[in-house]
Amino acid sequence: MKGMIYLEKRFVYADNSATTRVSENALKAALPYFTQNYGNPSSIYSLGMDAAKAVLAARQQVANALGAAKVNEVYFTSGGSEADNWAIRGAAEIGAKKGKKHIITTVFEHHAVLHTCEYLEKQGFEVTYLPVDDKGLITAEQVENAIREDTCLVTIMFANNEIGTILPIPEIGKVCKAHNVLFHTDAVQAVGHIDINVKDMNIDMLSLSGHKIHAPKGIGALYCRTGVNLPNLIYGGAQERNKRAGTENVPSIVALGTAITDAVTDIEEKNAKISQMRDKLIERILKIPQTRLNGDAERRLAGNVNISVRGIEGESLLLTLDLKGIAASSGSACTSGSLDPSHVLLAIGLPHEVAHGSLRLSISEENTDEDVDYILEVLPEIVKKLRKMSPLWERICRTEGIHDYTLD
Amino acid sequence: MIYSEKVMDHFANPRNVGEIEDADGVGEVGNAKCGDIMKMYIKVDGDVISDVKFKTFGCGAAVATSSIATEMIKGKKISEALKLTNKAVVEALEGLPPVKIHCSVLAEQAIKAAIADYYTRQGIDPTPFVGHPTDCDCDHCHE
Repeated sequence: MKGMIYLEKRFVYADNSATTRVSENALKAALPYFTQNYGNPSSIYSLGMDAAKAVLAARQQVANALGAAKVNEVYFTSGGSEADNWAIRGAAEIGAKKGKKHIITTVFEHHAVLHTCEYLEKQGFEVTYLPVDDKGLITAEQVENAIREDTCLVTIMFANNEIGTILPIPEIGKVCKAHNVLFHTDAVQAVGHIDINVKDMNIDMLSLSGHKIHAPKGIGALYCRTGVNLPNLIYGGAQERNKRAGTENVPSIVALGTAITDAVTDIEEKNAKISQMRDKLIERILKIPQTRLNGDAERRLAGNVNISVRGIEGESLLLTLDLKGIAASSGSACTSGSLDPSHVLLAIGLPHEVAHGSLRLSISEENTDEDVDYILEVLPEIVKKLRKMSPLWERICRTEGIHDYTLD
Repeated sequence: MIYSEKVMDHFANPRNVGEIEDADGVGEVGNAKCGDIMKMYIKVDGDVISDVKFKTFGCGAAVATSSIATEMIKGKKISEALKLTNKAVVEALEGLPPVKIHCSVLAEQAIKAAIADYYTRQGIDPTPFVGHPTDCDCDHCHE
């Protein structure tokens, strides 16, 4: 209508470490495999063979993206968690046959890794959980010092999902190779953001997830180097070289092939743009009193912002941001479904109360400068509002002699 | 996790937020380690809670339970306010996710703590009326 102003509610998606929008390219690639080329890749007629060719092409795309030597080193899975489970339990089974029942990991892995390790501990394995420093880093020396005669696996994430620290994977790979220990890395947060070459980095196994890189949910892959005799995961068919039975998720596999190819193209260029937005967010948010950056400032994923805001609780911060159209994440207990805050934030030494008040913004190449400005416009006001009603903030100001700006 | 519309309404527009400077009773429950603290202020006129305000550090459910609890006791007799159960708070909010039930317990305890403080200030032992409200039902507090 003439003269009327339509105020559209803004929406800013800043939770790309949780999941991403499926890209137009990936969707377009997948669509024909639902209704046109819907054949079973195991079938012999051309409709099936076309599907098999599409799966092979996607496998090649994943292999290329990782610098794998051979296409058959890539196994499609339902996602990152399945790949982590398979790699770790598989390596444990291989190790147990040689009497090697010791695993090395870190305290701040994804639960797909930690809970699998805890399961293996109950099965008689010994697990060393390397501590991380206050920035969320470990060194290759720490790994080397932890390696024993009976170590069958080192599993260490490429980049942390919460605080974005990038671990020294090539150095760790070198150490593992020198000691002849299998090395697995959960690279779910790293693929498409960091240049990866499994050969150069001496990575034996690598997990990745499709939906973190603009492919659909429910698809991922495990890279497993030739020579590692990975035990079967699912029996009942010849798919995935007899190791993971079940008719292939052809549309999602095709989408993953396209998405990962796009994701590893121009990483440097994309990161330059994304890290500029990230740095602006970090710099401006830290101007809010009593805030701190979590994770390392330098060795950090280009799109990761993780900041603790004292005196407020993460979930109420997220809900208030959502009311303003901003989707973000937190390490607060309330968002985890338990009463404990994030194990990652506790691992870098944050007290519980500070960990409860963390905010993670994870931006991608689809975000804009306007998104960043909008977040920076609304966040300080939200923090002020929540602090104003927080008895914890009141106490912090009183006991530490901090000026309570919410009363101004 | 899904919050009811009622929870979201009370979270987005919390009722009775703030402090009462000359409150007759103030109760604070929960702790920062567990991620929620509720502070409740009451003004008492005769045996009626004439005014109530709250401040909460906590999740959406913590804010919503404290907000609706203040509505449920405002203008009520102290004896009635003491009968408010966490179950009634949950029902008034049209349900809470299972992991958030402890927030409703906290709201009930915050009211009881404020009333206990009121009795103490009056020189009356609150134990017969209020019992011993525990701070929190989470693992940290029972370690």
